[in-house]
Amino acid sequence: MMVGIEQFLGVGAILFCMGLAVALSKRNAIGVLMGVELMLNAVNITLITFSRFSSPARPITGHAFVAFVITVAAAEAAVALALAMSVYKNRQTVDVDRINLLKS
Amino acid sequence: MASRNLLHAVLFLIVTFLGVAGFFVLLSAEFLAMAQVIIYVGAISVLVLFAVLLTPRAGRDNGETKMAAPGVLLAICLLAVFLFIIKDTNWVSVSQSPALGPNALGEALLDRWALPFEMASVLLTAALVGAIMLVRTPEEEAEDQLA
Repeated sequence: MMVGIEQFLGVGAILFCMGLAVALSKRNAIGVLMGVELMLNAVNITLITFSRFSSPARPITGHAFVAFVITVAAAEAAVALALAMSVYKNRQTVDVDRINLLKS
Repeated sequence: MASRNLLHAVLFLIVTFLGVAGFFVLLSAEFLAMAQVIIYVGAISVLVLFAVLLTPRAGRDNGETKMAAPGVLLAICLLAVFLFIIKDTNWVSVSQSPALGPNALGEALLDRWALPFEMASVLLTAALVGAIMLVRTPEEEAEDQLA
C-alpha cells in the first residue's frame, strides 16, 4: 500500500481525538495538560503533512507555523504547570472536580 | 487501556513525542524533528514530570471525572467525522518533496515572519517571568519586599 497524504492525516486525526478524550476525561489537571500537548502535536503533524503533500506557493510557511506552535506550546506548558503548582500550594489538590470555588 | 499511574502516563507521553518526531522525519522536516526532540522530549516532558512529582498528595491514580463518558464519546464522534472527510476528499498531492532545509526556514523566520518571530521572544520572556511569579513562596515575597 502506498503511504500518502490520507495515512498521515489519519494519524493526525487519531492523535488529536485521543488528546481530546484525555483532556476531557482526566481528573488530574496535569493529565489534562498532557492531553492538550497531544492535541498540539497532532495539529503539527497535520500542518507538516499539508506542507509536504500539497504544493503551496511557499511550502516553508507550514514549517514556520509549526515552529511558532512549538514555541507557544512551550510557553503554555510552563505557565499552566506553574498554575497547577500554585493551585496545589493553596488547595492541596489538582483534581479538576474539587477546584470549584466559583461554583455557588 | 490507560496506565493507572500518572508517572507511567508521562513516560508513555515521552514515547509519543518521539514518535511524532519520527513522523516529522518521514515528512522530510528534519529540522523540526530535531526541535521536537529538544523541546518536547527534553524540556516539556521534564516539566510535566516535575509537576507530577511536586504534587505528592494529589491523586496519582489517573482517574476520570464524571464527564469522562460524554467526553470520550464526543472524541470518537469527531474522529469518525475526520476519518470520513479524509476518506471522502479527493486529495491532490505531489509525490515530489519540496527541498526545505534549515536554511529556508531561517530565511523565512527572519524575513517574512520577522515580526511574529520577535513577538515569540517577548511571549517566552513573559511566560518565564509569569511562571516564576506564580510559584514563589511567601518567604521569597517577604524577602523581595525587604530588598
